Amino acid sequence: MKRRDTLKALGFSGITFGLAVGPAEAGVPLPPDKKVPLKVPGGRQPFEAERDAKLHADKFFTPQELKTVTILSDIIIPADAKSGSATQAGVPAFIEFMMKDIPANQTPMRGGLAWLDNTCRKRYGKPFADCTRAQQIEMVDQIAYPQKAKKDMSQGVAFFNMMRNFVVCGFYTSKIGIEDLGYKGNTPNQWEGVPEPVLKKFGLSYS
Amino acid sequence: MNPFQIKEAPVVYDVAIVGSGAGGGMAAYMLAKAGAKVVLLEAGGYFDPADPKYITQLKWPYESPRRGANTTRPFGDFDAAWGGWQIDGEPYTAKTGTEFHWFRSRMLGGRTNHWGRISLRFGPDDFRRGSLTGVGDDWPITYDDVAPYYDRVDKLIGVFGSKEGLRNEPDGQFLPPPKPRLHELMIQKAAKGIGIPVIPSRLAILTKAINNERGQCFYCNQCGRGCQAYADFSASSVLCIPAIKTGNVTLINGAMCREVTTDSKTGLATGVSFVHTGTMQEHSVRAKTVMLGASACESARILLNSKSALHPNGLANSSGVVGKYLNDSTGASRGAFVPALMDRDRYNEDGVGGMHVFTPWWLDNKKLDFPRGYHIEYGGGMGMPGFGFGFGTENMNGKYPTANGTMKPAGGYGSGLKEDVRRFYGAYVHMAGRGEPVPLESNYCEIDPDKVDKYGIPTLRFNYKWSDYEVKQAKHMQDTFEEIFHAMGAIPMGNKPGPDTNHGYGLEAPGKIIHEVGTVRMGKDPNNSALNAYQQAHDCKNLFVVDAAPFVSQGDKNVTLTILANSMRTSEFVIDQVKKKNI
Repeated sequence: MKRRDTLKALGFSGITFGLAVGPAEAGVPLPPDKKVPLKVPGGRQPFEAERDAKLHADKFFTPQELKTVTILSDIIIPADAKSGSATQAGVPAFIEFMMKDIPANQTPMRGGLAWLDNTCRKRYGKPFADCTRAQQIEMVDQIAYPQKAKKDMSQGVAFFNMMRNFVVCGFYTSKIGIEDLGYKGNTPNQWEGVPEPVLKKFGLSYS
Repeated sequence: MNPFQIKEAPVVYDVAIVGSGAGGGMAAYMLAKAGAKVVLLEAGGYFDPADPKYITQLKWPYESPRRGANTTRPFGDFDAAWGGWQIDGEPYTAKTGTEFHWFRSRMLGGRTNHWGRISLRFGPDDFRRGSLTGVGDDWPITYDDVAPYYDRVDKLIGVFGSKEGLRNEPDGQFLPPPKPRLHELMIQKAAKGIGIPVIPSRLAILTKAINNERGQCFYCNQCGRGCQAYADFSASSVLCIPAIKTGNVTLINGAMCREVTTDSKTGLATGVSFVHTGTMQEHSVRAKTVMLGASACESARILLNSKSALHPNGLANSSGVVGKYLNDSTGASRGAFVPALMDRDRYNEDGVGGMHVFTPWWLDNKKLDFPRGYHIEYGGGMGMPGFGFGFGTENMNGKYPTANGTMKPAGGYGSGLKEDVRRFYGAYVHMAGRGEPVPLESNYCEIDPDKVDKYGIPTLRFNYKWSDYEVKQAKHMQDTFEEIFHAMGAIPMGNKPGPDTNHGYGLEAPGKIIHEVGTVRMGKDPNNSALNAYQQAHDCKNLFVVDAAPFVSQGDKNVTLTILANSMRTSEFVIDQVKKKNI
């Protein structure tokens, strides 16, 4: 058997380019590793800390997409008498991270944003972020109410549901969102049972 | 020196223990306290719930970039368990048409670092299901054999509960239980009205301090994250670390056990060989006695991989029973919305890490079309928001009027949406049934003939299917959940799980409840069991199994408390046998 045929039989033919480092190069010492060792935060395993650092360094949203996400976030959760807005709570950064953390979100999110821009171009001649506030609200009203939305808006409804989920979740898991919600726990205390006035209100007792 | 040779430690330990969870941890604790020289092999890393390096307790959701989502840990970023159902480089398979999900936690203390702390004793009937029902088998021991150990374990680890005098739900040495939360009082009242008992739960959490080493519960609801005050039971904090402090335990982390080594003439165990996960170096340790507490499936795997001329089917397996009768708890659940709880008054109702009340099995299976019972666990309340909070608000806010009585269209946005989220917060309850399956010989794990893990150790292949018994039990759970929901004025969420939901009526896949037992069963007859009544191998008198592998059945009781009691009993037997020079 010729050498060429032997290689073919072994399945090696045509893959010589795959050897990135030839024997001669391998003899050359590698440049010193300049990587700063990663500090692993408390409660994380090293592989998790590395993964988080990589995800933070990566970028998913384009500047234009991020602009749209930011506008939508504050339409969904605006500041009100009780608390601040989604962007004040850092929601766009949370959504950016989740796209990378759970990549299955990427296509529906990116595609949904493109659907929104395309629909706005048809209606208003401009992508969503460049529309007037009134146009933006008019657009959102078409996709924010699943049971009232027109049939041709169904993809927009699905996208807005996803956006609402992420914005509400991102806001209410933030410091200002938790305060808004009135969650009182996550602190050492002594559980003494349901407060007496609440028991009374519900006609319940411990006896 | 040849770097590829197997490194053998020159010492001969009294005992080598594989695994540092409930079973291995208890054995290490008992034997070290008795003065034995112990080598404790743990496949994972060191873990101490009180070391800031590992603490996730009292962290806020925004301290996780994913707000606690379960991307890298199956129970979320803050859960204490390292590992999960899938671990890189440690694969397993299942035969076509069957499935089993194998949860492994590679760390000191194993899965006890995040477990539910539910500590139910097996009752007298749970040890003799075979003779009582004609289905399944009896244990070679009775409740009376284990009862004194249950008492001692209760005192050692601390379990709260209430004296109820229920025959098959034996009372323990209880600390005071916490008062029920609001939704738990509502469930209790409603269930009582339709004849379903709801009693204080029984959890391994210190509602009172029991010694100077461990603090009292401070009611953060986060036992699953591990407790820096050691106020709940974990094998790491309560057993392994105190055992190491005696000076009698050599802990080796990163020790992935390959096999139990045996003497080629006597067939007795001589020690354990393992691969160090950090260096990939082969090692072996020598010991006079070997105790496996690696978890039901892992211990079976080690035995099946320990083949020799005298033990051709694997160690302790002349009966061929090792790997068979694998069984996990059944599980099915449902959630509901409680309109009366809308716009709740806010207060801290975290409580302990888990339910304050539960429903023990209350019916007679003779009058039902399935042979085993289940208990019900309850959830709900104003918990800390995490990833997923507020998802699906559009499915709720169009169905119920606002505080001033007007109906709004589903979905929406803006400050009205914020009002809706506040309104619905804490207005949900959840019920989960955990039931006893019938152990079957046809449900098993075996060595996969084609596969090895990254350490070169042959891996497991599962073959597991639920039987009609478990499906009918799940159906009964779903009916019961709805009865209680209706009685308390709650509205069940989604469609009622039917015969085609999940594995039938919402029945979870085998392995999902993480209560697997039975793979190295004990019994009186060496022809159909691997271990005797002291969890000692019939075929090898200095080999013991101390995890849930020896269980003949599992009741509807979570298995950890019984692992602890059995391991304590076996450890004392080992000490006694050594004194008598029998091993």
